[in-house]
Amino acid sequence: MANGATGIGARVKRKEDKRFITGKGKYTDDVRMENQAYAAFVRSPHAHANVKSIDKSAALAMEGVVDVLDGHQLTGDEIGNIICGWAVNSKDGSPMNMGAWSALATQKVRYVGDAVAVVIADTQQLARIAAEAVEVEYEELPVAARADKALEAGAPEIHDNAPGNLIYDWEIGDETKADAGLAAASHITEMEITNNRLSPNPMEPRSAVATYDEAEEHYTLYTTSQNPHVARLVLSAFYNVAPEHKLRVIAPDVGGGFGAKIYIYPEEITCLWASMKTNRSVKWTSDRSEAFITDAHGRDHISTAKMGFDENGKITGFKVDTIANLGAYMSLFSSSVPTYLYATLLSGQYDIQNLHANVRAVYTNTVPVDAYRGAGRPEACYLIERMMETAARELGMKPAELRAKNFVRQFPHETPVIMTYDSGDFDANLAQAEAAADVAGFPARQGEAAKRGKMRGLGYSCYIEACGIAPSAAVGGLGAGVGLWESAEVRVNPVGTIEILTGSHSHGQGHETTFAQIVSERFDLPIENVAIVHGDTDKVQFGMGTYGSRSGAVGMSAIVKAMDKVEAKVRKIAAHQLEASEDDIVIEGGEVKVAGTDKALGWHEIGLAAYTAHNLPPEMEPGLKESAFYDPSNFTFPAGCYICEVEVDPDTGKTEVVQFTASDDFGTIINPMIVEGQVHGGLAQGIGQAMMEQVIYDDDGQLITGSYMDYTMPRAADLPFYSVHHASTTCPGNPLGMKGCGEAGAIGSPPAVINAITDAIGNNNLSMPATPQNVWNALQAASAAQAAE
Amino acid sequence: MYPTKYTKAASIDDAVKALGADDEATILAGGQTLIATMKQHLAAPSELVDVRGIDGMVGISLEGDTLVIGAATTHADVAGSADVQKHSPALASLAAGIGDPAVRHVGTIGGSVANNDPAADYPAALLALGATVVTNQREMAADAFFDGLFGTALEEGEIITAVKFPKAQAAAYAKFPQPASLFALVGVFVAKGADGVRVSVTGAGDEGVFRSEPLEAALGADWSEAAAKGADVGTDGLMSDIHGSAGYRANLIKVMAARAVASA
Repeated sequence: MANGATGIGARVKRKEDKRFITGKGKYTDDVRMENQAYAAFVRSPHAHANVKSIDKSAALAMEGVVDVLDGHQLTGDEIGNIICGWAVNSKDGSPMNMGAWSALATQKVRYVGDAVAVVIADTQQLARIAAEAVEVEYEELPVAARADKALEAGAPEIHDNAPGNLIYDWEIGDETKADAGLAAASHITEMEITNNRLSPNPMEPRSAVATYDEAEEHYTLYTTSQNPHVARLVLSAFYNVAPEHKLRVIAPDVGGGFGAKIYIYPEEITCLWASMKTNRSVKWTSDRSEAFITDAHGRDHISTAKMGFDENGKITGFKVDTIANLGAYMSLFSSSVPTYLYATLLSGQYDIQNLHANVRAVYTNTVPVDAYRGAGRPEACYLIERMMETAARELGMKPAELRAKNFVRQFPHETPVIMTYDSGDFDANLAQAEAAADVAGFPARQGEAAKRGKMRGLGYSCYIEACGIAPSAAVGGLGAGVGLWESAEVRVNPVGTIEILTGSHSHGQGHETTFAQIVSERFDLPIENVAIVHGDTDKVQFGMGTYGSRSGAVGMSAIVKAMDKVEAKVRKIAAHQLEASEDDIVIEGGEVKVAGTDKALGWHEIGLAAYTAHNLPPEMEPGLKESAFYDPSNFTFPAGCYICEVEVDPDTGKTEVVQFTASDDFGTIINPMIVEGQVHGGLAQGIGQAMMEQVIYDDDGQLITGSYMDYTMPRAADLPFYSVHHASTTCPGNPLGMKGCGEAGAIGSPPAVINAITDAIGNNNLSMPATPQNVWNALQAASAAQAAE
Repeated sequence: MYPTKYTKAASIDDAVKALGADDEATILAGGQTLIATMKQHLAAPSELVDVRGIDGMVGISLEGDTLVIGAATTHADVAGSADVQKHSPALASLAAGIGDPAVRHVGTIGGSVANNDPAADYPAALLALGATVVTNQREMAADAFFDGLFGTALEEGEIITAVKFPKAQAAAYAKFPQPASLFALVGVFVAKGADGVRVSVTGAGDEGVFRSEPLEAALGADWSEAAAKGADVGTDGLMSDIHGSAGYRANLIKVMAARAVASA
């Protein structure tokens, strides 16, 4: 029961790439319905304003404009407000202050881009031109654009039910113990750390095509979703668009998500509703400018942290205070990101007994903020790993040495922030990374660089994250409105080919290949005989979708569970037909055999037997199709060590990443090539955050970085050839031993980059992104400080 | 994009007539700024008058010591021209570094000069090399041509037909790209010619491309990297934005000037 060529561990080329690289992918915007009209949204140019009036007459008078719809009509049709599906209580027990969010604003707009109306027209061009002709009268209000300012007394209030713009004031850990730990410390490292706000920028912008069938009272939505079943659930249960059996959601090929395509946005809701109002199919496709002002942003934390150490470098206490900007409205999972996905990881790879974190989530007049690749864990990792490296410098210790003194080495390990690490070998990852990065040779390279006038630096990051999201009862206890299991169905056809129906959704992860590999491995079949079906609520039984690096650890586990059932039935059929004991049946080389004999049936003969049902064991149902739901028992804990080496040009501040070494522990790896690709992409996004990317709003809440002219995306030339390695321990929590690899690169890399740059320039006071200007300013500050000494 | 008309002018007269007939008509010389602006609904010309097919608008020639580049010549053609590489290697190298390959194969020198984007590369070359802008009506020294952000001395119905460059003894351009757009955050063109040293700066000025008197004085006295780095360029008139404060830009002007001198 193993297939070396296409089974677990094989570098199988991606089956889906033929259609992608030949331009034959089928994305939402490729969908063309009969009688299709186009939507264009009328959006607020103000960050905060009352809507006084909307005059549609000029737009309605244009030939080819089907209708202009507004929020009063939307709420009049009882379309529900957009909700956050994870209830987080403040430390005093009070519920979070969730402000009302209508898909089309009626009274008030709260960020630049907030939609107030939609034009439906015969062409996209006409819809956009007509949208400009809709005259909206606004009464501008004072703006709170920054999270820390929004909390200040007298700041403009964005939602009536959120006094002081506070959504919740939450804590985790034991403050008394953390204070005592700090009081006992012989050294305290204290830092103010910001985590820069990012725009997710998937290559394919969001899109929706909605169709209403009047006769059937049935809706179909094609959309760019990472989780079409969740979309259907939310659209039905909360937004009241249609009951679930009257709504089909299809997420066809999707060109990247990174979290931004988890949520159900105003545009998708409005297109569905508008298709019913106009009796036309309604298509909307975001352009890049619209994506910047509508896709949920990521990160945006301001923190202060104190970490205490004893004389031996052991951590005695760690205290964190964080302000998290959630934007103008609470997006679907926004509340969980700066709490259960962030503060629960603040123990890092370290044995910290005394730990406390306080998090205040805040409304601002900016785009809503939610999960973006890593979601909370990059913020935690950046904070801890900046602290550790800075502390090592202050203590005069090697960064690796200080970390190793504090590593967790016994598993399972319970942290004071409710996580139970199940496995890992942090020393092994550190050693592998140090060897691969030739840390011993660094001083020589630094000296050589100095001769060329360049400042060379080395930085570490030892990350741990929690993914394989998530045990349903556990997250339910923490406020999640959904369970986070996954489902799968394994269909063996009468000819023996196999279809896997999965609730996971592939939008770049290569599931059509990796999911087929575990089937090829299990039944020793050619991978060509396996097809993966996903992304359609009418085809797949149910699914919670793909995010939080869950498709391997959770999605594939559901497939394994269904394959267990299929195998049990195959054994029964074979034992019956071959007159043998089930225990003697082996599945191998396309056959189902009796061990030690020449008695065998072809795999396809078993399929045929199951469906003809001419000769099955007594009482056995015909058919060979099994389904399973898998609910994980714990998170999984990928971990690793990243080492970054940079060269800084002191004249300009321009920094080059000259070497980036990764040693990851992902547990079992199904396809090393795809895993390396995931790490490469994650590192690119992490280096992008560290050195280039930043969403900037001005004090009026206007987005300064609203295009690629000002928002810097990493380019190929900005990135080095990565040195990617694995030193894995098996995850004990799921049948394949997998941990997940989708987010690790983005989580672990930013602190390694900044630690390297601060090492090079001799100034720990540097914020992301380390643009040439920011690095040059830090260099000037360092030389000014030196001159003053 | 708003609906518009497209006209391919066969002659300068044709183009002038089309432009004169409609206030909202505009010249299309490559469109690498214009088309993007139209797509964003930031420009809405009623008619695009394409001048690239007009006889004599495309091509590169040497007239004695003067290099003549037709206004509709693409950046890629300038970069790849043996005549340009021989006469003004700094200009060829500048053209090779504009935008990306797609831009370089469509964008033209006349379009760039007429648009006078404050972060464009060509205006720096014209100013430092002491080029002459040739139009259908007159010839103008570059010093008299550029006029503030996106402004030029061009009159209604006036069309650039060519740019003429004298030969410099030594010249080079060094650009520090703005990280997002890769336009010049600071670009410095240094040239040593018969009339002395001319230094122009693009990307940094509040009023667009300008000549730097402190650098011209410093390099006129001592054509060296050290002299460039030691010049007191100050921050007056320099732009500040998210990518670079005036102070950072002032530093980059010196550094880029020094690098240009080193490679000239």
